[in-house]
Amino acid sequence: MSTQVSSSSPRTLFDKVWSNHIVRPQTPDTPAVLYIDLHLVHEVTSPQAFSVLRERGLKVRRPDRTMATMDHSTPTTPRNAEGIIPVTDAMASAQLDVMRKNCADFGIPLYDLGTAKQGIVHVIGPEQGFTQPGMTIVCGDSHTSTHGAFGALAFGIGTSEVSHVLATQCLLQNRPQTMAVRVDGRLRAGVTAKDIILAIIAKIGVGGGTGYVFEYMGEAIRALSMEGRMTICNMSIEGGARAGMVAPDDITFNYVAGRPAAPKGADWDQAVAAWRTLPTDEGATFDNEVVLDANTLTPMITYGTNPGMGMAINANVPDPDKLSDVSQKMALDKALKYMALQPGQKLLGKPVDVVFIGSCTNSRITDLREAAKFIQGRKVADNVRVMVVPGSQLVKVQAEAEGLDKIFREAGAEWREAGCSMCIAMNGDQLQPGQYAVSTSNRNFEGRQGKGGRTFLASPLTAAATAVTGVITDPREMVN
Amino acid sequence: MVPLPNNDIDTDQIIPARYLKVTDKNGLGAACFSDWRYNSDGSPKPEFPLNQPQYQGAAVLIGGHNFGCGSSREHAPWALVGAGFKAVVSTYFADIFNGNALKNGLLPIVVDAETHQQLISLSSEDPNAEVSVNLEDQTLTLPDGRAVKFPVDPFSRYCLLNGVDQLGFLFGLDSTINQYEQANPARVMTSA
Ligand code: SF4
Repeated sequence: MSTQVSSSSPRTLFDKVWSNHIVRPQTPDTPAVLYIDLHLVHEVTSPQAFSVLRERGLKVRRPDRTMATMDHSTPTTPRNAEGIIPVTDAMASAQLDVMRKNCADFGIPLYDLGTAKQGIVHVIGPEQGFTQPGMTIVCGDSHTSTHGAFGALAFGIGTSEVSHVLATQCLLQNRPQTMAVRVDGRLRAGVTAKDIILAIIAKIGVGGGTGYVFEYMGEAIRALSMEGRMTICNMSIEGGARAGMVAPDDITFNYVAGRPAAPKGADWDQAVAAWRTLPTDEGATFDNEVVLDANTLTPMITYGTNPGMGMAINANVPDPDKLSDVSQKMALDKALKYMALQPGQKLLGKPVDVVFIGSCTNSRITDLREAAKFIQGRKVADNVRVMVVPGSQLVKVQAEAEGLDKIFREAGAEWREAGCSMCIAMNGDQLQPGQYAVSTSNRNFEGRQGKGGRTFLASPLTAAATAVTGVITDPREMVN
Repeated sequence: MVPLPNNDIDTDQIIPARYLKVTDKNGLGAACFSDWRYNSDGSPKPEFPLNQPQYQGAAVLIGGHNFGCGSSREHAPWALVGAGFKAVVSTYFADIFNGNALKNGLLPIVVDAETHQQLISLSSEDPNAEVSVNLEDQTLTLPDGRAVKFPVDPFSRYCLLNGVDQLGFLFGLDSTINQYEQANPARVMTSA
């Protein structure tokens, strides 16, 4: 690319993608102007941005680099006899209508509720092949970091910035710092990508990555499928990092190949050749580094009210009195009070009310396969409601073709339509006050899954094991 | 000044997701900290600082470390501004919240741990204690007259002080953006 800064000094993956997208360099007085290759839009964070365009009489600069879906405020209740997913919430319904009108008026392709390719924005972007290595991708959604799994620079933006990208396809950005997150070794059976990222966040804390872009590297990351890498990049923001990236390799190229928006023929070869130049050069330096050993990792679970409050599933809930920092002690006190947990208590064996398998972290076909394989031939415990929510309509269709829906249903779990569902609880799927859930989603904040609800974040395997026993269960104890 | 010194206050607390079904940004002040502020029957919780008479009208919120983490929702600064806040003080802010706040005239003020602690004590002990904020000089002046410098992204500061609109600024770069697009044709088309 002509804008590429030619430089002989070794560069990181981030450096390369960043410099390839500089429209105007950063100066002491102004941030860099960064070009955005792909803009994903959803119904919750975009209405006010379109209003800005309307007020100023602006159009969308590149509708052909923009796509929209409905996922957050949409119900996931099964279709009615006419095959329609009914929206009963008047405010949600009005918000969906606004999205439809905005997409129609501004010429943006919309993956509407109930249509064949609708789904969670961070599931359908990669699924359609829109997400590709080396791109810049934004969305008014913090989990846009998911797309970094492909070696893209992908991050969440606010609604004002959504209007900037709609109108100019550019963003004003100060250059972030970089952090190498190295995961050496190999995962043992029963331990998954979700456990890696929960362990990283438990180690650095929810603010540890603030100001950084992560690059995940090391043997354990290289061994992961694209779905596993997406799970990890997805939760970069829970460690405070706006973006997380993984260098593209053959696993990446194989995933992208043949998808609807992927390059074809000679374009494909050219694209792959360019993508192969993206990985961090030997000798390139990072501003910071954190290292984790996959060999010693166990399944992880959170006990508190942010994703950094996580521990090995067989550990004991920490004691606030053992913390010397007053504000940390206060935070842990408050969290344990909200969760109604005692310092020193074990979580293993604790009864839960709901198991939620879904969200942009863990609702892809491999996640559902993993959970279904575990549940097959077993029954969901009487005391739990188990919700399985595929990330997209295409994931749902694929799962049904493989008979996974049958496995879940016969075991006593609910098989629902695609969407964010109980991850955000603004669509009717929610916990009741005081209920406990094991969730494969990404946030255990107070009230996140319903006012007064209490969330334990864990992997799909741990969720499946808990679904079967009705109490928090280490999946390794049930595999023989 | 009103103290709310919890660490890691996330944007789901600042405004819970069920209030995000709106298509306007006004009128979110009442939802600010809703779950901490109100009982399930809608009555205010008397122990929550924002409900206490002595803190009514406060324009500066003293948060704990890492304020504004979590979701990218710009509804968070919209709600804080709607609730009458002009500045939030912390030892550091989450990146997306920080940018969103600055675009809505809500100043995220970063201070050192010692000053932070002092402000928490001050606002807890004396609800009438006042600080003054000067964006031009980037100073926060404490009741004892001590002025503390705080960092602000220079461009955001310039925009706030001069009423410059960032979208207008970007729009003015149209020809530069055209050049970039000519040199870098799209590989992915969403409308194909
Ligand atoms: S699944 Fe949850 S985290 Fe992901 S986009 Fe939806 S609401 Fe956000």
